[in-house]
Amino acid sequence: MKVSRRDFLKTTAAVSAATAIGISVPDDLKAAAKETQAQWRWDKAVCRFCGTGCGIMIATKNDMIVAVKGDPLAPVNMGLNCIKGYFNAKIMYGADRLTDPLLRVNAAGEFDKKGKFKPVTWEKAFDVMAKQFKKAYSELGPKGISIFGSGQYTVQEGVAAVKLIKGGFRSNNIDPNARHCMASAVVGFIQTFGIDEPMGNYDDMHHADSIVLWGANMAEMHPVLWSKVTDRKLSRPKWVKLVNISTYVNRCSSLADLEIIIKPNSDLALLNYMAREIVYNRPEAIDQDFVDKYCVFATGPVDIGYGMRSKIDHAKYKPGELDTAAREASKVVTEAEGHAWSSLGIKAGSTLQMKNTKKPVKHWAISFDDFKKGLEPYTLDFVAKLAKGDPDESLSSFKDKLKKLVEYYVAKDRKVSSFWTMGFNQHVRGSWVNEQMYAIHLLLGKIAQPGNSPFSLTGQPSACGTAREVGTFAHRLPSDMVVFNPKHRAKSEKIWKLPEGTLNPVVGSHYTKIMRDLEDGKIKWTWVQVNNPWQNTANLNHWIKAAREMDNFIVVSEVYPGISAKVADLILPTAMIFEKWGAYGNAERRTQHWRQQVTPVGNSMSDTWQTVEFSKRFTLGEVWKAHKINDKVTLPDVMAKARAMGYKDTDTLFDVLYANKEAKSYSWPDPVGNGFMNSEAAGDKRDVEGFRGYGFFIQKYLWEEYRKFGIGNGHDLADFDTYHKVRGLKWPVVNGKETDYRFNADYDPYARKANTGKFAFYGKALKAIGQGDLKGPKKELGKLKLPNKAKIFLRHYAEPAEVPSKEYPLWLSTGRILEHWHTGTMTMRVPELYRAAPEAYCYMHPADVTNGGLKEGQLIWIESRRGKVKARVNTRGRNKMPKGMIFVPWFDERVLINKVTLDATCPMSKETDFKKCAVKVYKA
Amino acid sequence: MPERRDFLVNAIKGLGLAATGGLAWSGFIEEGKSAPLILRPPGALPEKEFIASCIKCGMCVEACPYDALALAEPGDDKPIGTPFFTPRTNPCYMCKDIPCVPACPTGSLDESLVSDKDENGELKLNINLAKMGLAVIDRETCIAYSGIQCDACYRSCPRIDEAITIDYTRNKRTGKHALRAPVVHSEACTGCGLCEKACVTQKSSIFVLPREIAMGKSSERYIKGWDERDGERIKDVTEEVTTQTPRSGKSAIDYLNNEDF
Amino acid sequence: MRKYKYQIPRRLLQISILFIFFGGNAYGWNVLRGNLSSAKVLDAIPLSDPFAVLQSYSAGASIATDALVGALIILLFYAVLGGRVFCGWVCPVNMVTDLACKIRTSFNLDTIWKSWDIQRGVRFWVIGLSVVLSAILGVAAFEWISPIGALHRGIIYGFGFGWAFVLIVFLFDLFAVKNGFCGHLCPLGGFYSIVGRFGFLRIGYDKAKCTSCMKCIEICPEEQVLSIVNQHSGAVLSGECINCGRCIEVCDDNAVKFSSIYLNKYSNNK
Repeated sequence: MKVSRRDFLKTTAAVSAATAIGISVPDDLKAAAKETQAQWRWDKAVCRFCGTGCGIMIATKNDMIVAVKGDPLAPVNMGLNCIKGYFNAKIMYGADRLTDPLLRVNAAGEFDKKGKFKPVTWEKAFDVMAKQFKKAYSELGPKGISIFGSGQYTVQEGVAAVKLIKGGFRSNNIDPNARHCMASAVVGFIQTFGIDEPMGNYDDMHHADSIVLWGANMAEMHPVLWSKVTDRKLSRPKWVKLVNISTYVNRCSSLADLEIIIKPNSDLALLNYMAREIVYNRPEAIDQDFVDKYCVFATGPVDIGYGMRSKIDHAKYKPGELDTAAREASKVVTEAEGHAWSSLGIKAGSTLQMKNTKKPVKHWAISFDDFKKGLEPYTLDFVAKLAKGDPDESLSSFKDKLKKLVEYYVAKDRKVSSFWTMGFNQHVRGSWVNEQMYAIHLLLGKIAQPGNSPFSLTGQPSACGTAREVGTFAHRLPSDMVVFNPKHRAKSEKIWKLPEGTLNPVVGSHYTKIMRDLEDGKIKWTWVQVNNPWQNTANLNHWIKAAREMDNFIVVSEVYPGISAKVADLILPTAMIFEKWGAYGNAERRTQHWRQQVTPVGNSMSDTWQTVEFSKRFTLGEVWKAHKINDKVTLPDVMAKARAMGYKDTDTLFDVLYANKEAKSYSWPDPVGNGFMNSEAAGDKRDVEGFRGYGFFIQKYLWEEYRKFGIGNGHDLADFDTYHKVRGLKWPVVNGKETDYRFNADYDPYARKANTGKFAFYGKALKAIGQGDLKGPKKELGKLKLPNKAKIFLRHYAEPAEVPSKEYPLWLSTGRILEHWHTGTMTMRVPELYRAAPEAYCYMHPADVTNGGLKEGQLIWIESRRGKVKARVNTRGRNKMPKGMIFVPWFDERVLINKVTLDATCPMSKETDFKKCAVKVYKA
Repeated sequence: MPERRDFLVNAIKGLGLAATGGLAWSGFIEEGKSAPLILRPPGALPEKEFIASCIKCGMCVEACPYDALALAEPGDDKPIGTPFFTPRTNPCYMCKDIPCVPACPTGSLDESLVSDKDENGELKLNINLAKMGLAVIDRETCIAYSGIQCDACYRSCPRIDEAITIDYTRNKRTGKHALRAPVVHSEACTGCGLCEKACVTQKSSIFVLPREIAMGKSSERYIKGWDERDGERIKDVTEEVTTQTPRSGKSAIDYLNNEDF
Repeated sequence: MRKYKYQIPRRLLQISILFIFFGGNAYGWNVLRGNLSSAKVLDAIPLSDPFAVLQSYSAGASIATDALVGALIILLFYAVLGGRVFCGWVCPVNMVTDLACKIRTSFNLDTIWKSWDIQRGVRFWVIGLSVVLSAILGVAAFEWISPIGALHRGIIYGFGFGWAFVLIVFLFDLFAVKNGFCGHLCPLGGFYSIVGRFGFLRIGYDKAKCTSCMKCIEICPEEQVLSIVNQHSGAVLSGECINCGRCIEVCDDNAVKFSSIYLNKYSNNK
């Protein structure tokens, strides 16, 4: 049977479409599809985009990806995709894909910070990169270099990067873009439960009777999960209640039973109103047995600042920025704060000195009575007035909504799931709202059971799997371990085969701090991997200037030319997702692996390869000598111990970290890779600069070594080969079985092992805390140990770092839209997605448009104290803003909204609040 | 006499030539006129009146801030020199002040068709009244109808939740997901075509057609009993009714008398 | 330069009007927006092609005030000015047909093949036909096929196959009939020849100075209007004269001049 190209496209499309909706296909059509696909190779993989973790199938032919389809066997999406996932096949083939290393050079071809980009060889790129590294390293030590990591790293890439910078270079200056994304969720998890990541899974969406979205626009950001929520709603339309809590009307509102539009930061008060209502008026709703057995009450200080520079008159601040910057040191207590903080004895109008900016995470146990007392001010009247976000809504209507919201939570016959994303996490008190959310669920005992689930949704495909589990953070090590814990360092050194004392105990610079350090000249060499810091970081004008005008060297590994590449000194062309072996871990703790499907485009090479190649340029003697970190800490010279372990001074980091004996035991070829290529292990047809591969299965080695961290530690993962047979497994994977619900003994072997009844909050972190009252800990009460217990936090309302004023009268919130992924480097190169959403609009309320003398569709300036950008007014789009607030998505580098945003963070999580700052708008 | 004869001959010759030329000319025009798939700017008169009155000056084209409008040129298969837009590449962005309409010197774009009274009783332009066309969905190629979470058209619609709404149904195949299928409502759809531009399928699965082509017409002798507004549709119907089918063509008497059994 | 005394300003005017229209669309200038069918000066004064408006009216359209006022302004302007100033000084097709004519005469094509014999009066038939067809078909019939519109719109808004219309005119003038389109067929020219019949701007002829070289007749695209040459002094009265001034430029004897029909020393003394 002969099939023309047109015919086969038609038949395969028809068959795929038919399979997708489950209709049967005539046999002859099936046969035709089979014939055309006979030359295709189908293999399973994961969608490149959000944290949902949809499974996809990839078809390759002649070393090119020709098609994708949703994987019908993938439990998350069962063959479905969103429109980003729909275009996975196209993301790698943009016309301007970077194919060769590009270095800024002068006329003589030598590196010059002010030079123009010219293609260079990998050899030359690494030479210059290493030379510049050594310059910064010898001048400033381990503190002077850094890596911007990613929640889009494959697990192995994350492991390779962490090993190099922490184990090799002895620096903790690695921090992922996930810092901008879910660091607040992490603090919430660690402080409340002592262990990271959601206890529930996506099935909660099918079991919950009340589904409440708190700052989560799932309809656009997690469309496949939203379709699960929708399905649940449709299954019992009258019974299932859906609540959308947001600062503006978004697409989730169209399905919601209750839409609650709140003022920025007032979620803090709203959650306390709910807790107050439960504690004071609905005590029968409290699951008293559960609370007594599994919970303690806790609180912390309110004077923790806003995560801005501690030096409020820092020389690099522009004069206009100083008034906001000053709030890092002190602020005048507002009426609302004065009321809310009455139990702390802080009065409205007084000046609050921010005394706890250095130790914002400290907290202590309090009594239930104190907890109750602290909630007293959060009455319906107070909270409704403070929180009502739409000036056009009546107070009584808003109050009714809040009462209903409480009902949907407390009703005994309702299972409740709360979902949140960036509305909670990107918040100057993001860690607090996370904790408050758990407080509600813990009080009600509605947690860690199917349908009863406080669920932090992640944005990035491996924010959980790599950034958090691998620990590519300034303070973390794999499996929830931290650098400042000697036992954790020792365990890591052992697994990584490092001499004792190699790891640096001092927490490194977090993401925004790396930027500030670059501006201050404290970091002079940085490497950007799998992300776009010069588009995704707030207050960009500072950082762009720092990159281009300070004496530093910036390496950006990229796939397409974006803003970060543009400010770089060296650009490394990088292989994309299906051009390498990898694994992601999604928001429900599901790890999914894939094989390399095709040869990378041009001369691009994977991040793992780049990291490993770079390690070849350092001998142990260069990096494992003594380094002074600060006045108290000097890293010891570990060479003697290294020699005792059999290492030589002239061994390179490559020999120790990547090409050691264990690594070489994972040979390539390996049956799991039958029929598939492995550019790192064996090179590929391009023979890039003569690279023929390492000769061993480096991805499998990195996985298997990394896996040792989690075993027996609540973070167990299956072996490499298993993941290539299954459609992902939810960790902890114990005895080959995944865990559906953490902390619940019916599901979680660790909870069973704790032997504390139905539940056990067995996380190990922060399980011994001081005790005190609302105002502070009391030393004489000693420490309280909390084995298997969770904490119910009392956290207070606090004003944002910057609020609208006469000069800057509008709130600005930023975020994403469905069509584009993050900074748009990939999706803006898919013609269909580009056409669907070619530019970022400024969403406004029509009255603000008219009052400002503006027009729909007009190009306007959006200006804050920090910078300005131009965008077009949109009042009729997907987001309906309340008066006084605008929304601008950040995917469009031509509307570089992060020039406008404020780099204030949650002081605990260091996650930037991209949702609130004050701006003005005017005609461009 | 000869003069007069010459004149007559010349006149007949002229008339003959004029008739020949006129027929060819008419044929050309009729050919162009019969291209019904044209989308006009907002406020355009009904097509017949529009092509009679449009003077082809391009003032609307110049007024459009988005360069969405173009004048048809020979080869476009559209009435030559008249304005139109192509939604897939250049949809109408539905400016609230509709600059193309007041720009029209001939009234072919008629302000009264896109104006209504505001709260003060003043006549004001209202782009939502425009009826440039109607978006039609090919449900077989629309990926939302097969469960893909798309809705690009819905989110691009300037009358979101009015002109396009989402029809939520359960996905029977997976049992765990919902279909979120876009549905167009003719009373609110202006035919701006932003949806057609946004659609991510290779050829747009939602496309704007002139309303006369896209829409059917319900019977003029039946009103939906459950829809109070439906009566409005037939308010101008005449009371005289005679129905004819091939069966009722003959008169009753003729039929009864024809002895043909 | 005397030889191009009028031709240069004519071309300049033709091109600058085009350019101003072009700029109105491309750069948003408000001097003159629209095109020759209808336009607005400084976003205030409407101008419309009266012949197009007439066809629209015939097609059954109700004529809006702007279009009506604009048409009257233009009508009045050319009626007062006189002759077919539009054809000679404004219409872009004039450049095309002049070029065809130039090539035709330079290469002596007239000696190679004979011009078809089409009467100049045909254009008046075409006017009638335009109006009748507009009424029958319900569209402005000439505007539909007008090469003037095609060329003008093409330059301002971009060509489709519009260039074909212009090419046809060019080839027709080059191979078929000398001054074929403008001088024989174009109903708009015909229309303006009626409108401008009594305007004041005229070509004056002084028989006393004339040496009967006949250069003026040779160059004239509407040679029939120069019937007084060699007959008597006076003004060219026919509305078909496009006032291009080529006859003045080629006259070595100073026998032809622009003058006015009313303030004219060469009154038509028969």
